[in-house]
Amino acid sequence: MADIRNYTLNFGPQHPAAHGVLRMVLELDGEVVQRADPHIGLLHRGTEKLAEHKTFLQAMPYMDRLDYVSMMSNEHAYVMAVEKLLGLEVPIRAQYIRVMFDEITRILNHLLWLGAHGLDVGAMTIFLYTFREREDLMDCYEAVSGARLHAAYYRPGGVYRDLPDTMPQYEVAKMKVHSAKAVTDLNANRQGSMLDFIDDFTKRFPACVDEYETLLTDNRIWKQRTVGIGVVTPERALALGLTGPMLRGSGLAWDLRKTQPYEVYDKMDFDIPVGVEGDCYDRYLVRIEEMRQSNRIIKQCVDWLRVNPGPVITENHKVAPPSRSNMKQNMEELIHHFKLFTEGMHVPEGECYAAVEHPKGEFGIYMVSDGANKPYRLKIRAPGFAHMAAMDEMARGHMIADVVALMGTFDIVFGEIDR
Amino acid sequence: MKLETLKQNLQAVLGDKLVKLSEHVGQIVVEISPVHWLEAARTLRDHPDLRFEQLTDLCGVDYSTYGDGRWQGPRFCTVVHLLSVSNNCRVRVKIFAADDDFPVLDSVTDIWPVANWFEREAFDMFGIIFTGHPDLRRILCDYGFIGHPFRKDFPLSGNVEMRYDPEQRRVIYQPVSIEPRELTPRIVREENYGG
Repeated sequence: MADIRNYTLNFGPQHPAAHGVLRMVLELDGEVVQRADPHIGLLHRGTEKLAEHKTFLQAMPYMDRLDYVSMMSNEHAYVMAVEKLLGLEVPIRAQYIRVMFDEITRILNHLLWLGAHGLDVGAMTIFLYTFREREDLMDCYEAVSGARLHAAYYRPGGVYRDLPDTMPQYEVAKMKVHSAKAVTDLNANRQGSMLDFIDDFTKRFPACVDEYETLLTDNRIWKQRTVGIGVVTPERALALGLTGPMLRGSGLAWDLRKTQPYEVYDKMDFDIPVGVEGDCYDRYLVRIEEMRQSNRIIKQCVDWLRVNPGPVITENHKVAPPSRSNMKQNMEELIHHFKLFTEGMHVPEGECYAAVEHPKGEFGIYMVSDGANKPYRLKIRAPGFAHMAAMDEMARGHMIADVVALMGTFDIVFGEIDR
Repeated sequence: MKLETLKQNLQAVLGDKLVKLSEHVGQIVVEISPVHWLEAARTLRDHPDLRFEQLTDLCGVDYSTYGDGRWQGPRFCTVVHLLSVSNNCRVRVKIFAADDDFPVLDSVTDIWPVANWFEREAFDMFGIIFTGHPDLRRILCDYGFIGHPFRKDFPLSGNVEMRYDPEQRRVIYQPVSIEPRELTPRIVREENYGG
């Protein structure tokens, strides 16, 4: 009889479903996965080491580059860690702005996840739908920070600046892609302030989610590819370190926004969706519902922010810069400005761990400071790292094609896994 | 669970395995000696008063240049963050490796499977050896990498760089050609500096 041996297959790093740079060594028996060994680190940049050589403010923009589809959530964990060590009070308006942008980020992340997950499994259309709404939210990022992706908007002590009164407008291109009338239509909801634009978005968005659902939720192929794939029991999910939608998909109602609320999440009215079976389809449903809940939170923040003006960054000028005009008229403020941007702030000796409910799970920053102007040690607890580690156990006994569905459901971004 | 209750529980349950228990910015830090770590880890997970079901994070810390040489204790520390979902509380466990030249610690992969990759990372970055780990390979660094990059004596720009050599027609390693530069010096000020 012929000697039948397991077959080893290299999945990635050049594979459209490898989400960037994953090399996975799959040990196969026929088409059934016997062992999956992900080789990560192809995008390792040593963010933690780099941050040790930068001041607290300079290290902040590195956070955007970790999970590059949910930038502000990463920043949030970092600034929270610094604020905790400093014992700093954040103005209430800044807290609302942060919560609003955290939820905008969650929708941005889930939209990309939904599009990419669909694409991985063969549903091409959904990608085009989700990117339509992503564009509007990207414009919000741009309006508030000047950058569409790497915002660097959250700062220790608050946010960089208040929300703008105008939205960027579409212009008639030289190539005449759109007529003047079409451009006016495109600008119709951009006439007011940014809050008006977001408000309009929250009204439109639930119908958009309905559209995505008509494409997938009852789609026979979608269900065949996701139902019963990668089932995790709640106990196992905890042991494997799964967090966020991965944990809630298994039926555990654990959400840091509810259980260990930070900023003003305890004032928000929203629900936590949980799954029943713990398979890919349940996690899909959980994330879809999370988008609807995020939309609710954004609406509540918009209503509050409209009627409550105030400062958005702390008055402590050892941490946050003074305003430009004060800096130019006041010697003391000038010194503060100079010291802050050359030497940087000094964070008291100590260590702390700050975690946020990131769109992908629990994103934590463990920071050790020895009293210098740079962090002594920064550890980034990326949710994707623990999820990727669970790949071997979850993929065993499934087909190769299911591995792709699993990667979709993990919501993998290599920026945060490899750091 | 209240911090005070958790403190009392930790004190009562861990008993003499506890080296130090402290609190900072509302977070509880427990120090455990490396000989008791495996046993203490099992207690932390299984004891009905503690029930830390999830290991959130495990990482290494190199204290050799802490506070510009103020540090007296052992060099390598493994820091573990635990989360109890049933009691809704967190604890940070610190275990200092006894030997600075050959840091060794028991692996907790049997207790929390997620520790597998975190321990591999701590090994890769700091060279901490976890005994009983099923598969202690490098994880983030290149396959043939030499050294442990997050140690404080490892230069930021590294030791070798990689390029394609058109003459040998292959990728080669050579000593780094860039100079390390420091734009903002690292400064530790005395207490209450500048008011």
